[in-house]
Amino acid sequence: MRLATRNRLSSGGVLSLPLVWTFLFLFIPYAILFIYSFWEKKFPTFVPAFQFGNYLELMVDPQYVRVLLRTIKIAGLVSLLSLLLAYPYAYFLVHKVKRPGVKLVLYMAVVLPLWVSYLLRAYTWKTILGTQGILNSFLVSTGILSEPSSVFLYNQTAMVVTLTYVFIPFMVMPIYAALEKIPGSLTEASRDLGMSAIQTFVRVTLPLSMPGVIAGFTMTFCLSFGDFIAPFLVGGPDGMMIANVIATQFGAALNWPLGSALALVMLVIVLTIITLSDRLQGVGRGKYA
Amino acid sequence: MSEVIRIENLRKEFGDVIGVADVSLSIERGEYVTLLGPSGCGKSTLLRMIGGFEAPTSGTIWLDGEDVTDLPPNQRAVNMVFQDYALFPHMTVGQNVGYGLRVSGTPRAEIKPRVAETLSLVGLTDKADTSPAELSGGQRQRVALARAIVRHPKVLLLDEPLSALDANLREQMQVELRNLHNKVGLTFIMVTHDQSEALVMSDRVVVMRDGRVSQTGDPVSLYDAPANSYVADFIGATNLFASPVKASNGKIFVSCFGQELEIDHPAVDGVPAAERLFGFRPEKARLVRANGSVPQGNLLKGRLENVLYHGAMIRSVVVVGEGRILVDTLLDDTFDPARHAGTGDEVFVDIDPHKIMPFARDGAS
Amino acid sequence: MTMGVSTDTVDTQMGRAPARRRGSATARRAETWASNAFFYGMVGFVLAFLYIPIAVLIAFSFNSSRSLSWPMTGVSLEWYARLLANEDLLEALWNSVYVAAAATALTLIIGVPAALALDRFDFPGKGLFRKLVLLPIALPGIITGISMLIMFRMIGFNLSLETVILGHATALVSVVVTQVFARLQRLPRSYEEASADLGASGLQTFFLVTLPNIRTAIIGAALLSFTLSFDEIPVTFFLTGRDNTLPMYIWSTLRRGLTPEINAVGALIVVFSIVLITLSVVLTRDKSGKRG
Repeated sequence: MRLATRNRLSSGGVLSLPLVWTFLFLFIPYAILFIYSFWEKKFPTFVPAFQFGNYLELMVDPQYVRVLLRTIKIAGLVSLLSLLLAYPYAYFLVHKVKRPGVKLVLYMAVVLPLWVSYLLRAYTWKTILGTQGILNSFLVSTGILSEPSSVFLYNQTAMVVTLTYVFIPFMVMPIYAALEKIPGSLTEASRDLGMSAIQTFVRVTLPLSMPGVIAGFTMTFCLSFGDFIAPFLVGGPDGMMIANVIATQFGAALNWPLGSALALVMLVIVLTIITLSDRLQGVGRGKYA
Repeated sequence: MSEVIRIENLRKEFGDVIGVADVSLSIERGEYVTLLGPSGCGKSTLLRMIGGFEAPTSGTIWLDGEDVTDLPPNQRAVNMVFQDYALFPHMTVGQNVGYGLRVSGTPRAEIKPRVAETLSLVGLTDKADTSPAELSGGQRQRVALARAIVRHPKVLLLDEPLSALDANLREQMQVELRNLHNKVGLTFIMVTHDQSEALVMSDRVVVMRDGRVSQTGDPVSLYDAPANSYVADFIGATNLFASPVKASNGKIFVSCFGQELEIDHPAVDGVPAAERLFGFRPEKARLVRANGSVPQGNLLKGRLENVLYHGAMIRSVVVVGEGRILVDTLLDDTFDPARHAGTGDEVFVDIDPHKIMPFARDGAS
Repeated sequence: MTMGVSTDTVDTQMGRAPARRRGSATARRAETWASNAFFYGMVGFVLAFLYIPIAVLIAFSFNSSRSLSWPMTGVSLEWYARLLANEDLLEALWNSVYVAAAATALTLIIGVPAALALDRFDFPGKGLFRKLVLLPIALPGIITGISMLIMFRMIGFNLSLETVILGHATALVSVVVTQVFARLQRLPRSYEEASADLGASGLQTFFLVTLPNIRTAIIGAALLSFTLSFDEIPVTFFLTGRDNTLPMYIWSTLRRGLTPEINAVGALIVVFSIVLITLSVVLTRDKSGKRG
């Protein structure tokens, strides 16, 4: 038996289980989802068909486009807010904290909440922002408000705050990694060549950390984009996101083919963003000499 | 002595790239053979095929009369010292050395003394229970050696074994490796890109280029009679120049950067020929100060551009026409700095006609 | 969490570089002060943003009244007592442990060989395989959930905790693959070559050399996988039958209104998470140090 053949055989042994699993539980379900999106709803069940009615409905009925745009807007705001908070934090960790112990503690402080139940982290904002919540009772007791206000909860702002809270670690981690990877000699060289600290940041550090920013942005955007728990907990009537609409199609509305079509739209958007992000990171990713 | 490895028309292609192009080679038992060449010349690929880590595209490898071409590494009586040593970080030095015995089912009672014996051979008796991470570079190198020879392989492969060490340690390890080779009597095949290392350590050097063997020979013959300009240039320094051959008055002349030099070499007959390559070693030439008069000899006239101090000798860079000629002068007791030319001076390079070597135009022989 | 940074850990003397020498000392000091104030402010804000909600969650689990408004009315353990008496909740908790443990086992059985294959072997369709395996990490869980729901329905599978396990494993294999793959990439191939060279078979090499060197990555991935499964909602939402997992139970009680009982569960989960994190830090610490 030739050496190459032997390698192929042993790799086959290692591979068979993951391959079968991937085919059975990833490939087939996605394929079925795709096929299902062309089916028709004929009460009380769904019948196989090949028609674009579901996709047509998504385009014609303005509520779907509205939800889609809203979801993109909210996910974008969440990513932006996360970036504004995460970048200075990561920069502080990498460039200002000298003691490794302190650095580790401050880094872990951001990562730790990920281990605490996502649902509970979202839930706690409901208790904070509600009319009976801490924020209101605090503002009333300090006299800033005369009576509890309902403006804090059940709106898009509450969703943006909650989702930022939940997903900000995914922004800090890649930015921290990108900043940490930049050799100190580069910023030193820039300062040595007469650039100020701010110039150095704008011309050297920021461009070199862009792959981390893009990765973080992509992560937080995709995660917020597909979320359906925060809208349920803290979003109001105008807070429905695309995942909620899909869930409804599989629940109360009972229109699986339409839900599948919507899920495919979501899939395509997420994949496009990831591909785009990979390209962008590829452009920014260079080897440090 | 008998043949331990025979390689026949061994070829390795990586897609469109040819790593090793139809190499044939025979290695005697107990020989210390070095595969020498720049990176990308195929030397490591050849070594890895002998070890079984790469499957050849075609050709055969015989180990002690047995065709091992298609055997995986664990079924070949060949062991390797890796460039990064590849010491298992989760095992002690002793466990590392004993690993080969352990996986082949050697009884525990036998493993321990053999590990101890091998460690003492490399001078690390007291390090058996240490973690590899705590060792110095040279010590790790010795553990890697011990691990590879504990099973008494028919051939020991060494992939750039000294490249990770700094200069002083490397020289010391060169001697140690050579001593170890004499002590254990195994066949060593080493890969290196360092020509001086190859000359110092080997019984025989295989110079490779572009996947082919350019020349095989013992260090002395490689240095004194390089088969082609590539070998001449890669091993030691050589002043190379291209020239047609001219005959007059029973003497043969070549032109070195526009100036005529007499050549007297058995391979060059008096027949005028098209351009080919010639060269001479820097230490075979002599530097003569101009002093207004033209001295006797086979001379090139030039200007001294630079003098590079090398400790035991100096290397003078002389501009001759459009080229540069190197001349090495040994700094022995006869050397008089006051009489040596200074930078910018007019000088002559004197070269014995016997010392000029002719080469084939192309590096491949 | 308070700001544990003292001034000496912070580089206050940024004036070493030549550019700074042009400004006056006062301007320099003011600039440094402003920059430090900005960074301390941001770091303090982020930490407060991250930890005040968790503190609130835990604090109210000890509140003596039902209301979740400030100030707290008093301290009591009533909600913890109720929680321990709540059989539905305990059953959901047990279900979650069962699901998370089984899903984690599956992710390891599939994920470790998948990572090995991706790192060590070349095979036709490798690109597609990698994309598919890693897809769930970026894809919203809801898509994994509904696509598997439709499949199970088509082949007439009844939804149960077992379908949830399959769903979780599918979604979380990517976690194991990325973690183990990253470690394998850092593991020099020469280790395995050396092992084979010394006469070890493929299995011997895997168990004696590869596995010990990726052990910590596997443990870390397993703990992460367990935590994520324990907390999972989007996939569970679509794939569970009559049985509830803990997050699904909490989810359903949330529909009925807020109670400090949920805070008590939350506080316990926080404590449990801290235990898991500590465990993961202790277990995944690399004792072998630098490679030899």
